[in-house]
Amino acid sequence: MQLTLWSYEGPPHVGAMRVVASLRRAHLVLHAPQGDTYADLLFTMIERRPTRPPVSYTSFQARDLGGDTAALFLSTLQATYERFQPELFLIGESCTAELLQDQPGALAKGMDLPIPVLSLELPAYTRKENWGASETFYQVVRALLKDQVPPPGSTRPGRPADRPPTANLLGPTALGFRCRDDVIEVERLLDSIGIGVNVVAPLGAAPADIRRIPEADFNVCLYPEIADQTCEWLKRNLHQPVVKTVPIGIGATREFLKDCAAAAGLDLKAIPEPSWSRMPWYSRSVDSTYLTGKRVFVFGDATHAVAASRIVVEELGFKLVGLGTYSREFAREVREAARRYAVEPLITDDYLEVESKVAELQPELVLGTQMERHIAKRLGIPCAVISAPVHIQDFPARYAPQMGFEGANVLFDTWVHPLMMGLEEHLITMFREDFEFHEDAPPSHLGSIQTRPVQMPTTPETSIVWTADAEQELKKIPFFVRGKARRNTERFAEERGIKTITVETLYDAKAHFGR
Amino acid sequence: MSAAGLPLAVEVNLRPEINRERGQRQVFCGLAGIVWLHRKIQDAFFLVIGSRTCAHLLQSAAGVMIFAEPRFATAILQERDLAGLADCNQELDRVVAEIIQRRPTIKTLFLVGSCPSEVIKLDLHKAAERLSGRYRNQVRVIAYSASGLETTFTQGEDSCLHSLLPELSQRPDGERSLLIIGTLPDVVEDQFKRLFSELGIDPVEFLPPRRLAEAPAVGRGTRMLLAQPFLSETVRALEKRGATLLSAPYPLGIEGTRAWLEAAAQAWGVPRARFEAVIAPAVERAAKGLSHQRALLEGKRIWFLPDSQLEIPIARFLARECGVQLLEVATPFLDRQLMAEELALLPPQVSLTEGQDVEQQLARVRAARPDLTVCGLGLANPLEAEGLRTKWSIELVFTPIHGFDQAADLAELFARPLVRAGLLRV
Repeated sequence: MQLTLWSYEGPPHVGAMRVVASLRRAHLVLHAPQGDTYADLLFTMIERRPTRPPVSYTSFQARDLGGDTAALFLSTLQATYERFQPELFLIGESCTAELLQDQPGALAKGMDLPIPVLSLELPAYTRKENWGASETFYQVVRALLKDQVPPPGSTRPGRPADRPPTANLLGPTALGFRCRDDVIEVERLLDSIGIGVNVVAPLGAAPADIRRIPEADFNVCLYPEIADQTCEWLKRNLHQPVVKTVPIGIGATREFLKDCAAAAGLDLKAIPEPSWSRMPWYSRSVDSTYLTGKRVFVFGDATHAVAASRIVVEELGFKLVGLGTYSREFAREVREAARRYAVEPLITDDYLEVESKVAELQPELVLGTQMERHIAKRLGIPCAVISAPVHIQDFPARYAPQMGFEGANVLFDTWVHPLMMGLEEHLITMFREDFEFHEDAPPSHLGSIQTRPVQMPTTPETSIVWTADAEQELKKIPFFVRGKARRNTERFAEERGIKTITVETLYDAKAHFGR
Repeated sequence: MSAAGLPLAVEVNLRPEINRERGQRQVFCGLAGIVWLHRKIQDAFFLVIGSRTCAHLLQSAAGVMIFAEPRFATAILQERDLAGLADCNQELDRVVAEIIQRRPTIKTLFLVGSCPSEVIKLDLHKAAERLSGRYRNQVRVIAYSASGLETTFTQGEDSCLHSLLPELSQRPDGERSLLIIGTLPDVVEDQFKRLFSELGIDPVEFLPPRRLAEAPAVGRGTRMLLAQPFLSETVRALEKRGATLLSAPYPLGIEGTRAWLEAAAQAWGVPRARFEAVIAPAVERAAKGLSHQRALLEGKRIWFLPDSQLEIPIARFLARECGVQLLEVATPFLDRQLMAEELALLPPQVSLTEGQDVEQQLARVRAARPDLTVCGLGLANPLEAEGLRTKWSIELVFTPIHGFDQAADLAELFARPLVRAGLLRV
């Protein structure tokens, strides 16, 4: 048993629901007890989808368990087929049905329906939502394309010279983080170097579209959590190359374009600098000087966390102080990035562990999921959301991609705005304890919202005391670095066996730790 | 949790006719009750023994995100628990020890059964006994089931309150008390306390209590008033302990609240003139507030999809006090005895449904195109997108709606979507 107060991911059948809700003309029949329909509200309320997800539930109750739950499944399947007339049936079980062992997949296949029927194995007691989405997408693609797999040893015919190159965008789903806008942005990017988009899947794809996947020259693995397994299968069996660079951030976007050009066999002399990319200049402009070395903590799914760590370090000049993910399947990638930026990786799905890490590191900015937003709010630290699990705010009315050059503009705005702006910060430093510019005054752009930092408990075992003078001096240090100054000074004193911190000790420590 | 075998009182009205339906149910399971029960019982912790689905449901129903460390959690069953590699009871003891260490101030720990724990036949009652012994004088451990196999949404509260009954001390024979059953927001509870006190009715106790130490005592002199209609099991068990149910409509709207209070006043022999004098100011306020809402709601056609068992009392209020036309009123479960007074007040031609086949119900909704459809969160936006106005039923469980001073608020919950639709030009 695992004690869980809150979880980053739902069960695997919710992942399957995300895929089927992304597809067109497909339907999922879930063998599930009364109550499991709660998951519909994720789609209709959080994403504000105007239609119910194409999922039917058997809704069995205690009285059915004595009888025939298998018969209930079959009648649900029959009624669902007649009502919705899908072109593809997916059959799944939620956690409770898995224990009943009714074998709904086998039952469904026995019905000889005139459409493909796919039985999903979604081990609810070992796997989670993203795994379920990845597995479902893979099963759908494999089932619809297996008769197109060429015999072993054959090679892929080259693209006719008169046909422009095309790519498939694989991985965007319902309830994915900004997938809706990322798809538009990536289509625009590819178009700028003369590559067309063949199929986007699963988001918006019908079974007939999935069957057209082999027509593209290569696949773009846009969200590895969802599409990595599928892209690997397509590479192995249909010899379609995969571009795995995720175009989040300026550097990654340029690399992505280079990789796509190579996969399409295009000769790209130089990546055209798009006029809509303001982020590099904004980052170089003088106001941004104040971003230098801001301590940033990053946590999210692996794709977004790894991408964010690179942008933090290379494109905004922040200092990365922590990097973590709840996507255990992609822990390796996150560990690599952590090594690259010399921070400790945090691989966990326990938000309390994340919270204590943030409290310990005292970053000046947190980039995380909605849960980290709450954690940061409690600790009085600015925060921006970079990753699923999604919240209604993650489906903004405006166009707000994370990917490509426009995505980089969005990231600059959403990550920098929660911070004190450079000039504003400068004034506060100059006027320190002025009656208007003081630590309790909220940043002007946050209006009258008061966020008070939570006092971190000082370590009880420390026997170090501060003299009144030193305490007074500490107060003159700008509040946003005061916590750090206090900790550093105490650490400095402790290492030297100093029991009483004086003004002298404070400045000695400052000199010692000075950047 | 079945009505079968329960003795039906002879005077129970067998009209109106009820259409019974079975099929896909678009409702929460009883676990959702934890969302309001943990706010009400402030020294309790709710530990669901279930799957990741249970944890996900709870966090989704609780408004998607939590703002403080919640007093509920899920002990998620892992494959090794199911395969028998880990002794479930040992694992449970470990998890409980962890919770009690983290939250030393909790006085009651509910072990809440779920669909998976029911199917693997994990005996939580036995576990609760064992753990109560271990944490004697520190934490009381109580088990109940809120699985979707056993409970529909609000029935989770019934199951929880039923499990609390052994904790209620015995009130000596000859001692009178009024027991209000069903979670009410504190503000509403306090309003009722003031009214009962002015009526001279005393003592008045509430189940669930705000703290377990304040749990009511029950005896032959206990008279029960139901604040919520979904508490069949709890009422029947209390009747077995000698308590008597005061039959009344539910305290929703002016009419319902008046009749509900009157049932207690009559039992206590409060003179009519005094009763009228005590409630007069609140009734007047409510009538004033309601008149404005009535103007907005009058003649509107409304449809209730089944959700909380509050549908019938609320439909009665809307029909009789707001002039709303009831097209269909569906309820997940109908306890004819506890609903007798309400059924008698419904317009005779009303179409009633017990249970759910969501696709059939939606087909009827689409054909009738009501002015307002009361439904769960999964259905609201899709119906709105079809041009139908909706009211989220979950708000009826989380918002203070009982009593005189909330009558206008209750009506306003239904008027708001209509007013909004009238405002928008986009």
